[in-house]
Amino acid sequence: MFRNQYDTDVTTWSPTGRLFQVEYAMEAVKQGSAAIGLRSRSHVVLACVNKAQSELSSHQRKIFKVDDHIGVAIAGLTADGRVLSRYMRSESINHSFTYESPLPVGRLVVHLADKAQVCTQRSWKRPYGVGLLVGGLDESGAHLYYNCPSGNYFEYQAFAIGSRSQAAKTYLERRFESFGDSSREDLIKDAILAVRETLQGETLKSSLCTVAILGVDEPFHFLDQEAIQKVIDTFEKVPEEEEGEDEAEAGAAQPAEQGGAGAGDVAPMEM
Amino acid sequence: MTKQHANWSPYDNNGGTCVAIAGSDYCVIAADTRMSTGYSILSRDYSKIHKLADKAVLSSSGFQADVKALQKVLKSRHLIYQHQHNKQMSCPAMAQLLSNTLYFKRFFPYYAFNVLGGLDEEGKGCVFTYDAVGSYERVGYGAQGSGSTLIMPFLDNQLKSPSPLLLPKQDSNTPLSEAEAVDLVKTVFASATERDIYTGDKLEIMILKADGIKTELMDLRKD
Repeated sequence: MFRNQYDTDVTTWSPTGRLFQVEYAMEAVKQGSAAIGLRSRSHVVLACVNKAQSELSSHQRKIFKVDDHIGVAIAGLTADGRVLSRYMRSESINHSFTYESPLPVGRLVVHLADKAQVCTQRSWKRPYGVGLLVGGLDESGAHLYYNCPSGNYFEYQAFAIGSRSQAAKTYLERRFESFGDSSREDLIKDAILAVRETLQGETLKSSLCTVAILGVDEPFHFLDQEAIQKVIDTFEKVPEEEEGEDEAEAGAAQPAEQGGAGAGDVAPMEM
Repeated sequence: MTKQHANWSPYDNNGGTCVAIAGSDYCVIAADTRMSTGYSILSRDYSKIHKLADKAVLSSSGFQADVKALQKVLKSRHLIYQHQHNKQMSCPAMAQLLSNTLYFKRFFPYYAFNVLGGLDEEGKGCVFTYDAVGSYERVGYGAQGSGSTLIMPFLDNQLKSPSPLLLPKQDSNTPLSEAEAVDLVKTVFASATERDIYTGDKLEIMILKADGIKTELMDLRKD
């Protein structure tokens, strides 16, 4: 109830040391449709749920190519996401132009985070209302980062953001330890299965999700509907068996998955 | 009191010759591989041809440092175009972009003499010829560089492309077959190499067709 007193300006602290406008921006991320990212040692897969406003309209684009070696999936205010993608593309091109080499992912997310931070310290601006899952490949390997509206960023083995992402996160928490050595095909399958978790009951169809992949010797590109449908067909055919398997796994797996995915819960603004 | 002239120039001429010929469904772009400065040779194996897009290839003679900078700018602009339009630039679009980029530096020009070759939106070969500040024209064939004065009159004799300003509008593409065009290019370069000291060493030929690009290398006189 007291929140309302200190939440008019992004430049006003609350007595308990919080910036409510920034926290409200994080809420906007939670309202967007789900986006999922996971990585192995050699590949990064980004997947998202396609939600269209109505049957008449097309769905919003939530995954963008930044460069051959970097892609980004967004959740929240997609307009903000589009603008930030354009910024990322521009940074990548400028780096390539100056250094004749691809922009390391870690540098890009720092630029993004600094840009987001500026909006948390200007009275005439508002924070970006979008969370970004940045996946990329550089000399130090495959990386997946999550950039918040707060200006924080974290590296993950696997993560999910947006509405009903907790279901996907639970699925990923059970499996993330094996992702590092996963094959390309297994990684895609896990991504689609994670998307299925967020749909909670709705039948998974290739038209409902978008999947993109990048990796060693594989520039960023989207998977076409047929390829996605093929993967779905491998597990949707025997849904009973798959559920039985998952339950057995959950029982056997250690609950100590506080590693990568756990760090997300300790994000400062998430209460 | 005579005017003092600069004792340093920001430009240098690295020599070389570039040629392009447009056919009905192909485009041949060729350039020698000699890079020189003054009377010295810097490299016998320097490529003056650069692929800008699937259907647009640029060949430039002149000051290679400016050429390299120009290629980098065009490459970056093409990437931006691809992000925004989800497709590659067509050759005519690239031609306009090149012209604008050159004119942008109207008062400190890129010392680059360009020939742009490729396939237009209908799949026909197209060649665009430029001056240093961006004035350009679509032609059926073009030559630029130190050997251009030797080559161009011969191409006029063999290909006699009608002016694109005449009405009714005629195709400026040559009716020659791909093999004949490549042969013609090899002949003109061999001749130009005889009399132009800045042209020689090797000839690089790129043949652009709808299904892809083929590259051929031919030896030229090295003296």
